[in-house]
Amino acid sequence: MFKRCCLLGLIIAALAGCQAAKVPKQALDLSPEDISNKQIQSRVFDTADEKMVLSSCAAVLQDLGFNLDESCTDLGLVTSSKSRSAVESGQVAGKVVVAILFGVYVPVDKEQKIRASLVTRPIGEKKERVIVRLTIQRVVWNEQNKVTKAETINDPQIYQEFFDKLAQSIFLEAHDI
Amino acid sequence: MNLRPILFLVLGLLVMPLIGCQASSRNQIMAASASQVELRSYQSRRFDTADKEKTLRTVIATLQDLGFIIDKADMVLGSVSGTKLGGYSLRMTVTVRPKGAEQMLVRANAQYNLVAVEDPEPYQQFFNSLEKSMFLTAQMDE
Repeated sequence: MFKRCCLLGLIIAALAGCQAAKVPKQALDLSPEDISNKQIQSRVFDTADEKMVLSSCAAVLQDLGFNLDESCTDLGLVTSSKSRSAVESGQVAGKVVVAILFGVYVPVDKEQKIRASLVTRPIGEKKERVIVRLTIQRVVWNEQNKVTKAETINDPQIYQEFFDKLAQSIFLEAHDI
Repeated sequence: MNLRPILFLVLGLLVMPLIGCQASSRNQIMAASASQVELRSYQSRRFDTADKEKTLRTVIATLQDLGFIIDKADMVLGSVSGTKLGGYSLRMTVTVRPKGAEQMLVRANAQYNLVAVEDPEPYQQFFNSLEKSMFLTAQMDE
């Protein structure tokens, strides 16, 4: 009996170690949140000149310190990224306090890679307008080179700032979708 | 009481999960699911359109709608890759190829963290969103 239990335990353990994680159900399902994010991340410009809009977008990204990684002008895509410090004063202060009080080492965030991907698309019956959608993600590493954050940025203010700059550079008003 | 079998069990429990997985991580390089044909069938759909560019642009928009950021795209290869981050990393590559003169074959591949997605459901969800944006029905490819 005991032997049988052992064997069963071993088999279960072997299977448990290999279980593949499943994709969360909501990951590929359109949610109301996805739709509000679309509004935050998109603006429409009254022009038929997609290439002009795309190159202005690339210029604004450069103004913001992004390096261009990839582009596919035929499909209206520019991707860019920048690596920056992720050190936050609050975290560092916390680390010092914990170290003094408890003598425990707490790693703080050190580096982040921010990726901005931008897509333009002609819309309208005569393709007389261009819709621009910017999406930003960032990954943060701590002092031990462990990923502490991997997130999509959905802060309306960040996107607003980008589109304000873009509107100025192409002398066109940015309309909400 | 003899503690030996218990010790043996504990040791076994610790080691077994490791053995159960893989003998060599190199095996992953050419690893594929046993049922290639089945996998391909639920990763692919046909659409009644001859417009490759429109299909690709719709794929890009759909991925963006689902929260992906586009990493790469290529008009000649008809490929688009994107990544979704949200505590996990979901990477997807979609390719669009003409099938005959009047159809486009769309194939999607996904990777969730460190594993290939071989479940039909996530692909079904993706094609559901895509067919809404395409205003066309996604047909299973026989």
